[in-house]
Amino acid sequence: MSLVSRYFRNVGKGIWTVLVGMKITMKHLFTPAVTIQYPDARMAIPERGRNRLYVNMDDCIGCKQCEMACPVDCIKIETAKALPTEDLGVTSTGQKKRLWVTQFDIDIAKCCYCGLCVPPCPTECIYMTNVYEFSEYDRKNLLYNYITLTPEEAEAKVKQAEDAEREAAAKKAAAAAAAAAQKAAQPAQASAPAAQPTASAPEKAAVNPNENKTNLKDPDLGRD
Amino acid sequence: MHNFITYYLGTGIFGSLLSSLLPLLWILPYVLLCVWLELKVSAHMQDRLGPMRTGRWHGWAQPIADMLKLLQKEDVIPTAADKFLFVLAPILVFVGGYAAYAAIPFSPAFIGANLNVGIFYIIAVSAIVVIGILMAGWASNNKWSLLGAMRTAAQLVSYEIPASLAILAVVMVVGSLSLQDICDAQSGWLWNWMIFSKFPFMFITFFIYFVASLAEANRTPFDIPEAESELVAGYHTEYSGMRFAIFYLTEYSNMFVVSAIASILFFGGWNSPFGTFMSGPIWGVFWLLSKGMFFVFVQMWLRWTLPRFRVDQLMYLSWKVLTPFALVNIFAVGLWMVLRG
Repeated sequence: MSLVSRYFRNVGKGIWTVLVGMKITMKHLFTPAVTIQYPDARMAIPERGRNRLYVNMDDCIGCKQCEMACPVDCIKIETAKALPTEDLGVTSTGQKKRLWVTQFDIDIAKCCYCGLCVPPCPTECIYMTNVYEFSEYDRKNLLYNYITLTPEEAEAKVKQAEDAEREAAAKKAAAAAAAAAQKAAQPAQASAPAAQPTASAPEKAAVNPNENKTNLKDPDLGRD
Repeated sequence: MHNFITYYLGTGIFGSLLSSLLPLLWILPYVLLCVWLELKVSAHMQDRLGPMRTGRWHGWAQPIADMLKLLQKEDVIPTAADKFLFVLAPILVFVGGYAAYAAIPFSPAFIGANLNVGIFYIIAVSAIVVIGILMAGWASNNKWSLLGAMRTAAQLVSYEIPASLAILAVVMVVGSLSLQDICDAQSGWLWNWMIFSKFPFMFITFFIYFVASLAEANRTPFDIPEAESELVAGYHTEYSGMRFAIFYLTEYSNMFVVSAIASILFFGGWNSPFGTFMSGPIWGVFWLLSKGMFFVFVQMWLRWTLPRFRVDQLMYLSWKVLTPFALVNIFAVGLWMVLRG
């Protein structure tokens, strides 16, 4: 190709490609916009999208499975054992609640939206919602507090559980002391095996409220 | 309207001042409209929506909000800048752009000054803009500004030549430099317009003029003086507030000047395309403005179609393509004039 013909070809091509480009932009001028007017219109959230965590405290049994599953430790749960006389009701899945949840904080600023806390939950009360607009001016506001008890109530429940525990421990100690005294009183007696069950009976009764709770917690915990 | 004002107020200082401010009646709303149009055209060409909130209906109040923001901004003059030139530059740029309006025939009845060298005058005063831009770039004492200003000077000087040669072809055919005469020469129907005469030479002439005028208005693909991605904002990097607004205003008013000249020289100016239908002094304003606006739209269209030229490509286009073509073209038109009259 000679230099001259290349020159003219170049010029012609330049004009032609500009026209092609103009045709394309003109076509796009009349194609509907792909953007949407965000606060007025929203795009559908993907079906399995993971957004803000939510805890339905009515169903929470305080098992701390989610806290343990969390890879970034953004969930913090504290529980207090309920007294045997207290009835906390049952969850919507039928489990009996036996712990007062005195603290259930999710630091959503730390949350990495992995969703690992969701499957371990025995009552399916922690889950990802479709809410994604929760920005805050202050990071402290991203510390979500889910407990249903007021701080005073929570404190009272903690204290009550501690008292109950102390009481049970005292009873246990007393029973042990009594048993020891009984043992000391009849050291030479050959009927020791007969005395043994009587000694352990009060002890068992004293421990019972405590043990009951931990025992009942177990089936829920050990599910997976 | 110009006659109306001078009739009642005389040609004394007051009447002259008032009639010289007349083009502002068009420029200011036009610039606001254009800023909005540019946002919308660019957005829709990229399948976006552009401003949608300000003023509720498709963001129509966006340019007004922008203008108010610019007016309220602090007027920053860099310490190292040459203050006198820094302040003078935007004024000079605006004057260069604004003075061109004096010789634009808006209608058969309204032309600021019906000079017998109208088009020559416009080319001459538009050249002042280069000095203003160079001044702005130099006074800013900023490397981006200076680079942008030097590029502008190189670009404008280069493109003045093909543009002038293209204009010369029209002037040769009409036999007058007066823009009013050029409009008169194209009266009648659509096919009397200059673009269709001496086919295809006037078509080529128009093409050369339009490309060169894009470069003169610093529009993409010839926006290397501003080149925001490489030079921040070119010669007006250091400007803010009102002074920046003046540069902006001038850029858009220059866009209209080159578009109006293109429509006057090649598309009949204020002539109606339908003979005497919808023609007259008032319709003349409508036709000129709508033709001008059409070319302003074409400029925006090109801006959002083409990427920016490299400096060497820019010079190649001017000196190796447009100028030789314009020269051959003017020779052909001249030959036609001699042989066929």
